[in-house]
Amino acid sequence: MKKSHIFYGIGLILIALFPFVTDNQYFMHIAILILYYALVSQAWNILSGYAGQFSFGHAIFFGTGAYSSAILLSKYNISPWIGMFIGAIIAIGIALLIGFLSFRYKLRGAYFSLGTLAFAEILRILVQNMDYFNKTLGILLPIGDNPWLFQFESRAGYFYIILILTIIVTVVAYLISKSRLGFNLIAIRENEEAAQSLGVKTFKNKMIAIAISGALTSVGGTFYAQYLLYIDPPTTFGNDVSISIILPAILGGMGTILGPFMGAIIIVPLGELTSHFFGGFAGIHLMVYGLILVLVILFLPEGLVGWFQEKMRSSRLKKEGNQNDITET
Amino acid sequence: MTLLKLENVVKKFSGLVAVNNVSLELHEGEILGLIGPNGAGKTTLFHTICGFHKPTTGTILLNGEAVHGLKPELMCKKGVARTFQIVQPFGNLTLLENVIVGAFNTVGSYKEASKLAMQQLEYMGMEKKAQDRMKDLTFAEQKKVEVARALATKPKVLFLDEVMSGLNPTEVNEFIELIKDIRNSGITIFFIEHLMSAVMALSDRVVVMHLGEKIAEGSPTVVTKDPKVVEAYLGEELDEVKEVKEYA
Amino acid sequence: MSVELFFQSLIDGTLMGGIYGLVAIGLTLIFGVMKIINFAQGALMMLGMYVSYWCFAILGISPYLSLPLSAIILFAIGMTMQRGILQRMAGAPDHNQLLVTLGITLFIENLALVIFKPDFRSVTVDSLPASLSFFNLNIHTTKLIAFLFAIVLAIGLFYFLKKTFIGKAIRATSINSQGASLVGVNITKINYIAFGLGAALAGVAGSLITPFFYTSPTVGASFILKGFVVVVLGGLGNFIGALVGGLLIGISEAFGGVLLPGSLKDLMTYLIFIIILLLKPSGLFGGKTR
Repeated sequence: MKKSHIFYGIGLILIALFPFVTDNQYFMHIAILILYYALVSQAWNILSGYAGQFSFGHAIFFGTGAYSSAILLSKYNISPWIGMFIGAIIAIGIALLIGFLSFRYKLRGAYFSLGTLAFAEILRILVQNMDYFNKTLGILLPIGDNPWLFQFESRAGYFYIILILTIIVTVVAYLISKSRLGFNLIAIRENEEAAQSLGVKTFKNKMIAIAISGALTSVGGTFYAQYLLYIDPPTTFGNDVSISIILPAILGGMGTILGPFMGAIIIVPLGELTSHFFGGFAGIHLMVYGLILVLVILFLPEGLVGWFQEKMRSSRLKKEGNQNDITET
Repeated sequence: MTLLKLENVVKKFSGLVAVNNVSLELHEGEILGLIGPNGAGKTTLFHTICGFHKPTTGTILLNGEAVHGLKPELMCKKGVARTFQIVQPFGNLTLLENVIVGAFNTVGSYKEASKLAMQQLEYMGMEKKAQDRMKDLTFAEQKKVEVARALATKPKVLFLDEVMSGLNPTEVNEFIELIKDIRNSGITIFFIEHLMSAVMALSDRVVVMHLGEKIAEGSPTVVTKDPKVVEAYLGEELDEVKEVKEYA
Repeated sequence: MSVELFFQSLIDGTLMGGIYGLVAIGLTLIFGVMKIINFAQGALMMLGMYVSYWCFAILGISPYLSLPLSAIILFAIGMTMQRGILQRMAGAPDHNQLLVTLGITLFIENLALVIFKPDFRSVTVDSLPASLSFFNLNIHTTKLIAFLFAIVLAIGLFYFLKKTFIGKAIRATSINSQGASLVGVNITKINYIAFGLGAALAGVAGSLITPFFYTSPTVGASFILKGFVVVVLGGLGNFIGALVGGLLIGISEAFGGVLLPGSLKDLMTYLIFIIILLLKPSGLFGGKTR
């Protein structure tokens, strides 16, 4: 344990020093994207990887976060820092509503996935049709360098913000995984009846999971809005958003702490590289994502981290087996 | 003292009566066996008591408090733990993690929960495999972990649904000693079992069910002599009839 | 709402509903046999559209003539998908199967985007009058043809499943694949055929709509979501349910389009979907394959 803590500490310091190593704005952009994808995917991971409730519509919460802070800033001049919290609270409200409907009526497996997908579409259509949200035109946010308004002169500012946010979300996920809540969620994922027989309140725990997951995802949405300074319904509530939230965790390993980060660190540069080299072809990075998705599910269904853990486990078992042989002979 | 009391419990599934008007009492500290031919409604009765089914009619009292219709998780909170006829493991988790889920029923912190879980694994003699994955275990081992997991919830009463089926004679004897030991630690036991030797060795009293109804109740030696019981088993596989008669 | 508008919406909705039904029958066939929810059905439909589009653009062939070609090509693609990828997924958790077909969708759609460019392309059928009208009601000829084709295909498929050996084997597999294999049905082969057929239906649906629907790489997305709605509405694995569900969605959408402003009509579909999911996830017509 101690060793791994030191390892993570060193890793973190290296990441934090990144802006001092390079002032290449493109590299900074990629680093920001990696952290940002790690954040939203980790948030998704809590509901889907740990609790096993497979959401295909996390754009619901992402868009909620993006639109909440953007509207508050552009219409009422409220700082996105406050908007982020308000967005999270709204996301919790929506999460609890969706959770109540889905879990009370026992939507399981693919039905829950399709249900969340439909909820995301409903939100997108609503936003697209309401003047208050500027319909399909989206919202353009003011450019500036006032940190209080979540605006920074250089990319380094955004980098440190997303780094801190991602660390917070990862730590939250870690603490959950070592708590009663985390064990309850995993038990629900593995076998709901058995979980119930052991005193796990399945409905309540799923509600908590979707609320936390939704709130954290909405934080990612707020960051996205402030970083790009422009949002519109398809890029916040669209299906592609949900898929890009899911992908890092699938590749890295669902239900693991490091999975979303490992996934993001591969997915993002890969997407950027393909877009860079085949810039003339729109959509080619999504093609690559599709291919990765198929290959991972076929050959690494537990993701990279899961695969690695399994390797470690079997090599440990082998070692123990050898030791037993020795003692026996 | 009566711990659990069933009064006229009925469970119907769209017309089919699985449990018909069953009344029985479970006394604190006893080992009560539940036997009956296949399809007698034993597991359905367990499901109904433990909250997995709502009884169609009838009352279930735990320490005098009406508990019928409560969800399984609340029954567990009230001190009713169970194992399943077909093991229900958390397959991708380690043994220790499986039992920790149970331990969290009463314990708040991870440290305490894993300590309690480890104790339960040791109690069941499974501590060496604590870090193995549940799905990699044999059937018999999974059954042991399931008992450990149920015990980790710190129950007042433990429901065991055919824990000994599929075990070899040595394992059965181990299990019999273990169940006695669990009772001696103050936990009341209600168990379904087809293996008559185990029923005879363990039960203080036996309840017999047939076609959803309770047809006999009493000490194991008396019950197995009951003509109604022998008759009920006559339609059954011959081994079991022979066994019942042997003890009769 | 005037009487005319009412009947006009009813007709428009019914015609479109037939197409939704056809997409959904393909989905439900695949689900019935393999218990896989095929996300890629919309993408396959899009491929069918391109087959007919290119036949029209290059060779000047009407989509009604290129329809068999579209069916054959898509049958082959569907079978390859089953053989190369989905066959390995038997027994995997629900969400993994959904994810694989989602991955395939992403791949196909964006491959189409790379090759065909995002342009909206259209096919015209000059030999036919644009619309028939009676009692002040307009019926788009091409929509009517598509609808009739869909109905004929649905009935044909129904008889195929009821009367032919392969059809019976498909139904047996969808009811109980283990039992079917015990009585000598080659499940692997049936799976190929069922997936091929499901894909071919998507392709045919695609060809049929080219005269009145723009062909573009992302066109499948809206159809697949409606396909899910229809399938769940009709009960997963239920053919008649899929057709009736398609009509219901088509009609509700048509009325929504008249009564609700902007793209709010699409809201109807999803609201119905969620209500059905919550109240009766086995669908209005039960979950069995008939």
